[in-house]
Amino acid sequence: MPLSPAEVDVIGLTASLAAVTTVILLLLGTPLAWWLANRRSNTSAVIEALVALPLVLPPTVLGFYLLLALAPDSPLGQLWQQLTGTRLAFSFSALVIGSVIYSLPFVVQPLQSAFQSLPRGLLQAGATLGATPWDQFRSLVLPLTRRSFIAAASLGFAHTVGEFGVVLMIGGNIPGETQVLSIALYDQVETLRFDEAHRMAGGLVVFSLALLFFIYRNNGPVAWRVKV
Amino acid sequence: MSLALDIRCSGEGGFKLRLKSDIPGEGVTAIYGPSGSGKSTLLDCIAGLRQPDSGEIYFGGQCWFAADRNTPPWHRRIGYVFQDARLFPHLSVAGNLDYARRRARGSPPMAQAQLYQTLGLSKLLPHLPATLSAGQKQRVAIGRALLGAPRLLLLDEPLANLDQQASAECLGLLQQIASELELPMIYVSHDIEEVSQLADHLLLLDGGELQDEGSLLALCSRLDSRLAHEEQAAALLQGSIQAQDDTFSLTEINVEGETLYVNHLQQPVGSARRLRIPARDVSICRSRPEDSSILNILPVTVEEIETCRGARLLLRLRLGEQHLLARITRKSADRLALQVGDSVFAQIKSVALLSEAGDQP
Repeated sequence: MPLSPAEVDVIGLTASLAAVTTVILLLLGTPLAWWLANRRSNTSAVIEALVALPLVLPPTVLGFYLLLALAPDSPLGQLWQQLTGTRLAFSFSALVIGSVIYSLPFVVQPLQSAFQSLPRGLLQAGATLGATPWDQFRSLVLPLTRRSFIAAASLGFAHTVGEFGVVLMIGGNIPGETQVLSIALYDQVETLRFDEAHRMAGGLVVFSLALLFFIYRNNGPVAWRVKV
Repeated sequence: MSLALDIRCSGEGGFKLRLKSDIPGEGVTAIYGPSGSGKSTLLDCIAGLRQPDSGEIYFGGQCWFAADRNTPPWHRRIGYVFQDARLFPHLSVAGNLDYARRRARGSPPMAQAQLYQTLGLSKLLPHLPATLSAGQKQRVAIGRALLGAPRLLLLDEPLANLDQQASAECLGLLQQIASELELPMIYVSHDIEEVSQLADHLLLLDGGELQDEGSLLALCSRLDSRLAHEEQAAALLQGSIQAQDDTFSLTEINVEGETLYVNHLQQPVGSARRLRIPARDVSICRSRPEDSSILNILPVTVEEIETCRGARLLLRLRLGEQHLLARITRKSADRLALQVGDSVFAQIKSVALLSEAGDQP
């Protein structure tokens, strides 16, 4: 039972959204998690709460505010229009922005707890041996927290693949542009195409299960637990 | 390349370190004091791992810390041997050593092959730190610090986590390194025996303040130094091996022309030896006892007498250019009518003549 071209499009779009989001999340989340792991102040507590917010808010709430923020008449929407000449709302870029915000805690929290449990003494030892802070990060922090990075990336990726509410609010349902898996599935059920829905839903279950199995096997059950 | 320190640094719980000193740019300087006296804080300030509140640190004329500058630890070219070794757990022993070698800013003070042999590292190379014993870890840590080509080696109680045998072994290695390399070392410890075996120079720290400093041998036998009043107060004598007595398994050591007998030492005739003689193990006789089981009897001159607490007296005795301490009761001193300037005989229990750990019977 081969996939139809439309389904291939949907899966490809979902995968590239998750991949782009994961890369951005690692680039943004690593310094943020490092900063949070090393600071104890009211400011950092506020930032920490903001990062964790998507864990407790209904995705539609987040989607609603993002929709307003990305609208063509909003400052961000206008800035985007001037810079790129394209509309931000209902675009792939809008989905990436939404996904980054929505999946942020799933990347930041495992990294933050990994950084916090990293013995400072090892970095001090590195410093006395001549390692600059960047060198310490590359040669000590990264290899010592490698498993947490893999867990963070996998969780960020899987969570982006599985998101629905935010995408529904800010993405619309444009095939090839913003129609991702979860939306397509919703569409199929709405139009009573249950055979296709089974393939999508079943595929997603198998994929998620395989990914979670991979994380657990790689990391043990407690290392990446998300703190709310 | 001496280390000029003048720093103030406040630590946890209202603790304050205030210290001004010039640490010699050669030999081993021990920083000695009870726990909580600020020894490790001082070492961290020297390493740059902790920033003093104010003051200055100069190493060989190069500014490491001043009001307007702070050289980070990675630019200070130091080696630091931590109490807990701090080997990188994800790297093998070879990886840990390479880590230092790749970042070394100069050539290490000892050729690699020689270093591996001295510290017995060759067999450990493929292993991960988690599989090593505490003594092995510390040897790797010393090797790693030296491969970084430091100009100053800092050691923070490196023997504290080791069992007696490993500690003796490690101390022997440090003595060997100290005597073979022209590398200034700063050694933090709260164990006076370790200090007296290794150090040339001593900084006495208490409550974050410098109590005393000077040459170890001189400081140990000075009555006005806090060291002389500790329960385990002991004088240090410098001597050299003059003969081996195979019949009785003893070694003869010459100190200021006098002969001292110690348990047999595996060292060639002529090699220098430091002897530690606890004050409580020295007793005084007016005439040389001929019927005593004690072998070591030295003619000395009473140089100073100090009453410490209660029943006891502390004597400083001169032997040539060196000094002994003796703690005796006031009653004995009274019975012998001891006066400064008297020539007497000091009886030393032979078991007290232990010098290096590892040779103990």
